[in-house]
Amino acid sequence: MISLETLSVGQTAKVLRFAGGGDITQRLLEMGVTPGVDIRLVGSAPLGDPLEFEVRGYRLCLRRSEAKKIEIQT
Amino acid sequence: MKSSTIRVALVGNPNTGKSTLFNDLAGLHQRVGNYPGVTVEKKTGHYQHAGFTFEVIDLPGTYSLAPRSPDEMVAVDVLLGRRAGESAPDIVLLIVDATNLQRNFYLVSQVLSCGLPTVVALNMVDIAQERGIEIDVKKLAAKLGTPVVAIQANRGQGIPELKAALLSASQSTPAKSENPFPAEFIDQALGLSSRLDSNLKLPLPLFLVERLILDGNGYLEDQLLPINAHAEREYLQSVRQSLSQHGFPIPAGEAMARYAWVGRTLEDVVRTPTERRLTLSDRIDAVLVHKLWGTLVLLAVMALLFSSIFQFAEPAMSWVDSGVGWIADVVGSQLAPGALRSLLVDGVIGGVGAVVIFLPQILILFAFIAFLEDSGYMARAAYLMDRLMAGVGLSGRSFIPLLSSFACAVPGIMSARVIENYRDRLVTMLIAPLMSCSARLPVYVILISAFVPSHHYLGGIVGLQGLTLLAMYLVGIFAAVGVAWVLKRTLLRGETPSFVMELPSYKMPSLRTVLFRMAERGWDFLYCAGTLIFSITIIVWALAYYPRSDSLVAETIAGQREQLAAEIAAAAPDSSARNSLLNKLEEFDQQANLTQLEGSLHQQYSFLGRAGRLIEPVVRPLGWDWRIGCAVIASFPAREVVMGVLGVIYNLGTDWDVSVESDQSQLRDRLKSARWDNSGEKVYNLPVALSLMVFFALCAQCAATLSVIRRETNTWRWPLFTFAYMTGLAYVAALLTYQVASRIWV
Ligand SMILES: Nc1nc2c(ncn2[C@@H]2O[C@H](COP(=O)(O)OP(=O)(O)OP(=O)(O)O)[C@@H](O)[C@H]2O)c(=O)[nH]1
Repeated sequence: MISLETLSVGQTAKVLRFAGGGDITQRLLEMGVTPGVDIRLVGSAPLGDPLEFEVRGYRLCLRRSEAKKIEIQT
Repeated sequence: MKSSTIRVALVGNPNTGKSTLFNDLAGLHQRVGNYPGVTVEKKTGHYQHAGFTFEVIDLPGTYSLAPRSPDEMVAVDVLLGRRAGESAPDIVLLIVDATNLQRNFYLVSQVLSCGLPTVVALNMVDIAQERGIEIDVKKLAAKLGTPVVAIQANRGQGIPELKAALLSASQSTPAKSENPFPAEFIDQALGLSSRLDSNLKLPLPLFLVERLILDGNGYLEDQLLPINAHAEREYLQSVRQSLSQHGFPIPAGEAMARYAWVGRTLEDVVRTPTERRLTLSDRIDAVLVHKLWGTLVLLAVMALLFSSIFQFAEPAMSWVDSGVGWIADVVGSQLAPGALRSLLVDGVIGGVGAVVIFLPQILILFAFIAFLEDSGYMARAAYLMDRLMAGVGLSGRSFIPLLSSFACAVPGIMSARVIENYRDRLVTMLIAPLMSCSARLPVYVILISAFVPSHHYLGGIVGLQGLTLLAMYLVGIFAAVGVAWVLKRTLLRGETPSFVMELPSYKMPSLRTVLFRMAERGWDFLYCAGTLIFSITIIVWALAYYPRSDSLVAETIAGQREQLAAEIAAAAPDSSARNSLLNKLEEFDQQANLTQLEGSLHQQYSFLGRAGRLIEPVVRPLGWDWRIGCAVIASFPAREVVMGVLGVIYNLGTDWDVSVESDQSQLRDRLKSARWDNSGEKVYNLPVALSLMVFFALCAQCAATLSVIRRETNTWRWPLFTFAYMTGLAYVAALLTYQVASRIWV
């Protein structure tokens, strides 16, 4: 499986599914990170974490540990 | 029409301009309160239109109506009219960000499911236009079946049209909205609804029945179903399973169905430019979250925040101080000496002064924080600092609240509201008072300049005094890290909170909204902290004043004078010892000195003085005598009082002022020459000064902070906890400091 964390800056991928569940997954779903949506890595914070993504036309940041749980297809 | 008041609930995502719109509508007619039992603010306002009163209820900004906590439940309960004594609102006013329609429409979909008359305010149309986003407003309204009004809230544009739309919506019935879920789900929800109704006599609105199925995390189930409804819980579980098997997984199903509806609704309504354009916001971000420049800008912002405190707050504080002093003088000169004068001057006016003195700092910090929030920079600061804060189990959102606490913990704690996760918010509030605030500075400065030798190293660049000051700040920071670490593993243990955060595009904050926020929080502070600080100040005043015994004081003074006279009589005539004793007597008899001595003796014989003696065995291991113990008790309402109290104890009189340099050096001299009552040895030396400073670095001697924690957590439990843990920590640390230091230096 390829996780969202492995994306390189500027690269776009499709979200496939979430590993694990919980509140974080639900929050991500509400914020539009749904299976099938396009997501692009914009950059990372100076200390390498968290990561900034573009999804559905807005900017969202996630920690690496959270991005790891999102499976993507490039 | 039910009555001439039309109730409008204002709902929207965070950062959509909701507060700005609320201010547009309600202007100055707004009120802030609290919903009982939760920490959510209840903000309402009203305006008149076409002969009706419109009451606007501002609900907290949210991405979704799926409640996971009592705080999130408030919005749902208000919308469905489930709060005691409140019916459902007549209209929902939904504000959406035109530059970000897809995600905003997820909430639109949920709100439409509630079945209330709805009006959509399409905000930020100016930015949308700039980005080449075209929106067919008429078509959108037709597809949604609700009025849609384009507005620009920060300029007040479109507000008359919006008011007209609200008026007509209140007079018509809502159109039935399209249910975004598959037939399978709708059937199951209807089945569950009638089942709950007949088995449990629980007639729930369909929206909540749907939510029961969709929210698999258990919160809503526990809220709505009786504990013993095992059969229904199992049934609910089987419904979820069967839906999952039919291609509607929980929880992803809801998001997929609603976002599919969003896609259908927006597809021929919105045209977004296909090529990716570099927006203004992107260009700003290229600098502000840049690895090097971003960090430098953050440092500059922090520096600005602090220098603004010193530049603007300090002068204002000294005005407040001298203003209060002036009033006290005027009142004092009108009254005869006695309990009433002391109560008014030292108790009441002093008490009001103790509250108002905080205001300049707090207002400036709030204006600063409001500016950071509204411009969109706050989220960037959190993003930049998250990695660092994650080290202690917090998130980047705690950064600004903790940083502000170095100026004053009150605004720091109040700005912790931006932290979504309750446990994180609590930890942040509990450790915020450990940051060395500006009220501790005078304590450090006086003690350091009196007792720390001014050695310099590295060619004079670093001095020992400066290093000691730095050490005091570090003591607080390290303690905070430790306490956060322990809390996160014990009392406030739980799943690592997520850091899923929107980075909103940059906006020019409107001066009005910033001022509104500042005034609102300033008032909030005065209101909640004012009464507590005021009453504690009065109590401490009474402890220091009563039981007043003029005869006892007069006796003591006479005794001291007699002793001096006896010494003179015993001394050899014309010896230098006798001459100096004679000088001493002359000095003793001067009226000013007698008055100061009287003040000091009254203090010693008061309840406070007795309490100081009572706790002497407890503070003795810290190297303190009863006088210091006394001052520490008296400074409970506000730690900066400690130096003033010491001033009174050491005969400097009550007019003594810490902020005046000559008075400071007087106090330094008195401290240096103070001696133990029994042995005559000096009380203060470096170890004692260090232990006192460490104590003040860590203790919770600030009624304002404690009452704000109470305000923000809605219970006395956490302020009491904070007081207990900080006092314990301060005691132990001061004890260690003294015991170790006195073995090295004495
Ligand atoms: N350009 C532009 N800016 C706007 C508009 N409406 C609001 N703003 C700005 O957007 C920023 C955020 O507005 P707020 O009213 O604080 O937003 P909010 O939804 O209350 O945000 P939270 O309090 O964080 O939930 C402020 O700086 C406003 O001045 C608009 O129509 N156009």
